[in-house]
Amino acid sequence: MRFQFVLATLLMACSLSVIAQGTDPNLARNLAATCANCHNTTGRSLTGMPEIAGRSKESLASTLKEFKGGQRPATIMHQIAKGYTDGQLELIAAYFAAQK
Amino acid sequence: MSKFTRRDFLKLTAAGASSAALAGCATVPEASKPVGRVIVIGAGYGGATAAKYIRMWSQGAIEVFLIERNAEFISCPISNLVLGGYRTMADITHSYQKLRDYGVQVIRDEVTGIGLDKKRVSLRRIEDLSYDRLVVSPGVDFMHDAIQGYSAEAQKTILHSWKAGPETITLRKQLEGMRDGGVYVLSVPLAPYRCPPGPYERASQVASYFKQAKPRSKVLILDANPDVTSKGPLFKAAWNTLYKGIIEYRGNAAVTAVDAKAMTVKTDFDTIKGDVLNVVPPQRAGDVAKPFINANNRWCAIDWLSMESTAAKGVHILGDATLSAPLMPKSGHMANQHAKLAAAAIVELMNGREPSPTPLVNNTCYSFVSDKEVIHVASVHTYDPKDKVLKVVPGSGGVSSQRSEIEGVYGWGWAQNIWADMLG
Repeated sequence: MRFQFVLATLLMACSLSVIAQGTDPNLARNLAATCANCHNTTGRSLTGMPEIAGRSKESLASTLKEFKGGQRPATIMHQIAKGYTDGQLELIAAYFAAQK
Repeated sequence: MSKFTRRDFLKLTAAGASSAALAGCATVPEASKPVGRVIVIGAGYGGATAAKYIRMWSQGAIEVFLIERNAEFISCPISNLVLGGYRTMADITHSYQKLRDYGVQVIRDEVTGIGLDKKRVSLRRIEDLSYDRLVVSPGVDFMHDAIQGYSAEAQKTILHSWKAGPETITLRKQLEGMRDGGVYVLSVPLAPYRCPPGPYERASQVASYFKQAKPRSKVLILDANPDVTSKGPLFKAAWNTLYKGIIEYRGNAAVTAVDAKAMTVKTDFDTIKGDVLNVVPPQRAGDVAKPFINANNRWCAIDWLSMESTAAKGVHILGDATLSAPLMPKSGHMANQHAKLAAAAIVELMNGREPSPTPLVNNTCYSFVSDKEVIHVASVHTYDPKDKVLKVVPGSGGVSSQRSEIEGVYGWGWAQNIWADMLG
């Protein structure tokens, strides 16, 4: 009985710590905001860098992954893409694809 | 309770509702039930970005007052091109007007005090304002006292021009007025200072101007650091190819004293005479952040999950004023990234939620080594929960393979896009 109580408390504490550590519900938005310095707030670059707003998610994700893997030539994007996981690059691609 | 009302603000801020109504897509609706008020002090790369993003990401539910003493934004990045003669002050000067379309209350005023207990900011022109959270983005101020003879009087002749504005114009005039065959001396303080590659870009720009206009003149860099602190091989390659015989670089050459009458600077080894002396002093967090300076008597330590000061709850510090994380530069780009991290955290905290446990920021600095050719340095930083600090992602980042004109196009594109990202 007492053991069960301790176990239950432990389990509860574990699950609470998972909740406390948590995940970021705005992760895609927040990651995409790190691109906005060079590509403008919604991905509609004014000049220089390519416009990325509203392009297909698949095309954006594969482009970013090719930069990361070094298959696509770049001046800077290969170095920046390497700082993001594939999952993060997909979230970013989906975010900008959804911008008008 | 202050008697200051929203109506007063609309009068003061000149624009108010009418411009918001006309602005169309960029507007953020006024929430019927605001969750609180944020005051942002300083409308540079950090503060202006924070103000806009808090309005956007709270969908108008957080009131934002942005306090700035200058009438317009003048960019430090690109200002070296004004010294080179390739860009004008008009190119680097931008209005705060569009921020009002996001519902940011832009107030031209100067902060005279911060009351942490009562959560109030005192201002020179208008009544005190209360806040729920405070964002302080003050940039740097200068430690002239660290250099002997760098008095208020000497500062009329010897400029740092390390804040873009009137000193940018005056330094350009000094360079234009210099005789052919003269020496321009640029002194660089020990790192950390604002914009690590900035001095070397400036030397390149001045050399480019001399090469066309006064080819017998020299640029002498006296660097307190042992070597070029950023993009060293790329800068040196540009100097050796483009400005051979014009730029001379000396490392471990800290300027310890200046004499504005004799027009000399002193290092531990030499007294050097120059025609134009451009002495950049060591720096610290800007004056308004003094209550939050708690690292080396110069910088503000912060919690990297929220940019919240470790010296005061409810106060978030951005940009150059912070005690930088490892390998994190004091740059405009980084201040903009700090601002977004803080904006996201502030919106969560003011809604009773926790900030993101996985913040990420990046940095890109483009430097113009001539009118058209550019080099970059880039990095990506993520949060390490064990050491509670942002760290460079292994394998990310790097520098240009070589200087190029295509990066000149990107360098100018960076400026246009970050100005749009921060100002509307």
